[in-house]
Amino acid sequence: MSLTNPRTLPLPGRIHRNDATTSGRGERRRGASWHRLISPLVVLVVWQLASTAGVISAQKLPPPTKVWHTAVQLVTTNSAAYGTLQHAMLISLERIAMGFALGGGVAVLLAVIAGLSRAGENAVDPLMQMVRTLPLFGLIPVFIIWFGIGQFPKVLLIALAAAIPLYLNTFSGIRGVDGRLGELGRTLGLRRGEMLRHIILPGALPEALVGLRQSLGLAWLSLVVAEQLNANAGLGYIINQATQFLQNDVIFVALLVYTILGLLTDWLVRLLERRALAWRRGLLAS
Amino acid sequence: MAPRLVGFVVGTTSPGQTGADEPSTTVARLHDVHRSFDERSVLVSLDLEIGAGEFVAMLGRSGSGKSTLLRALAGLDERVQGEIDVTGTVAVAFQDARLVPWKRVHANVSLGLRRPDRDNVARDALEEVGLTDHLDAWPLTLSGGEAQRVSLARALVRDPALLLLDEPFGALDALTRIAMHDLVLSLWDRHRPAVLFVTHDVDEALSLADRVVVLRGGRIGYQARLDSERPREREHPELVELRRRLLRELDIDTKGATT
Repeated sequence: MSLTNPRTLPLPGRIHRNDATTSGRGERRRGASWHRLISPLVVLVVWQLASTAGVISAQKLPPPTKVWHTAVQLVTTNSAAYGTLQHAMLISLERIAMGFALGGGVAVLLAVIAGLSRAGENAVDPLMQMVRTLPLFGLIPVFIIWFGIGQFPKVLLIALAAAIPLYLNTFSGIRGVDGRLGELGRTLGLRRGEMLRHIILPGALPEALVGLRQSLGLAWLSLVVAEQLNANAGLGYIINQATQFLQNDVIFVALLVYTILGLLTDWLVRLLERRALAWRRGLLAS
Repeated sequence: MAPRLVGFVVGTTSPGQTGADEPSTTVARLHDVHRSFDERSVLVSLDLEIGAGEFVAMLGRSGSGKSTLLRALAGLDERVQGEIDVTGTVAVAFQDARLVPWKRVHANVSLGLRRPDRDNVARDALEEVGLTDHLDAWPLTLSGGEAQRVSLARALVRDPALLLLDEPFGALDALTRIAMHDLVLSLWDRHRPAVLFVTHDVDEALSLADRVVVLRGGRIGYQARLDSERPREREHPELVELRRRLLRELDIDTKGATT
């Protein structure tokens, strides 16, 4: 009898939905994702129409067609001023990958140290809280004095930015793991490493993944800032060059690439989330 | 089939003394066990012995220390004082089933097993509790009864000498519960671990156990041995009499009014 009234069911996972409901829901979702494309497309069309009608000066805001044309040109020709777009993109991707790997790796390590013992927390957490409140971009001049204007200070800035949210969320995730599961692990005779692998880390994963997405956002942001200050290659370098030549369309192309890469990494994390948190699907689906 | 009942009931109020025919081998022995939480004594000089293969049901009002005692036996309580000797492996099935939500059912069962054939062992155990169809299911998709069966399978694959069941069916509906009683008895019959079954349900204790002990005032305040065959007739005069006695030991007035 409870099957006819899903609201009375305590555990969503127990609902044996009939096929009609499930497919109907799926259709609605697919429709919804298509509907979400409408408003951006409308903005794009209005932008284009306003430009061709001369309402907006192409100097200030180049029309989408012009941006597209410039993008194609940047990809196909290796100009003295910009190099190629894909080369610049690779340079930027390399920076963010290095920075993110460094910052993320250290963050997870520190979160585990702080999360597993009171002593670890006392040692690590105050330092991380200090780094957290530090105005990150205020460090740029210091980094320039310390490390010059090479690759390292950029990577370090990205690493610092990426480390903070990942550390905070992973730490809190570890502390939030159900203590009863720890008890269970003890009755099953799990060793320390097994406890970490089977209970603690997977238990902290949902929160850590939230931190991962925040970290990625901050990493991209600091990449843009770091690259514009002093770079001789990469997307930020293209933007700098374009500013000097007053080529607005090139700036827009670079911004567009930043956006696409940002969306791409976010999509990757979501994919990871869907795979790693599959066990919650029964709970989330309804 | 007509259940043949050879009602033979021995009651004793003196703690530290097990039933009449004490089993020759002892799996667990607790002597002079104390535990208090912030001045409040929960276990006071408790003595209890559990024989090999014996099915002991422990009754007690809430807060009487049932779970404290069970946690002490499971080795989860480091501050308990006194002698606790357990021979062989101890396995626990908790009231909340306590499945690891991010491990599929078969991985929950084999978790912590170190033998090379762990996957086969887990599959066999799940077959025994009737969950062959759910080997790859996520725990959150299981019903309460199914989750408890996984929990039982997980306890059994460890070949425990002592199986601790902490009100495992307290949260289940009455029908599922009856099915689970049959399952527990058949599993016990096949594997013969000693069982300490913590419950607050007198009828559950009477239908399952070889011996019923009542935890009261921090020690075993009363115990009775049941030698009748299972399944037991609920209305058998001796069971009725024992039920009345147990309820009285639990301070519950059988005439309806509470004191």
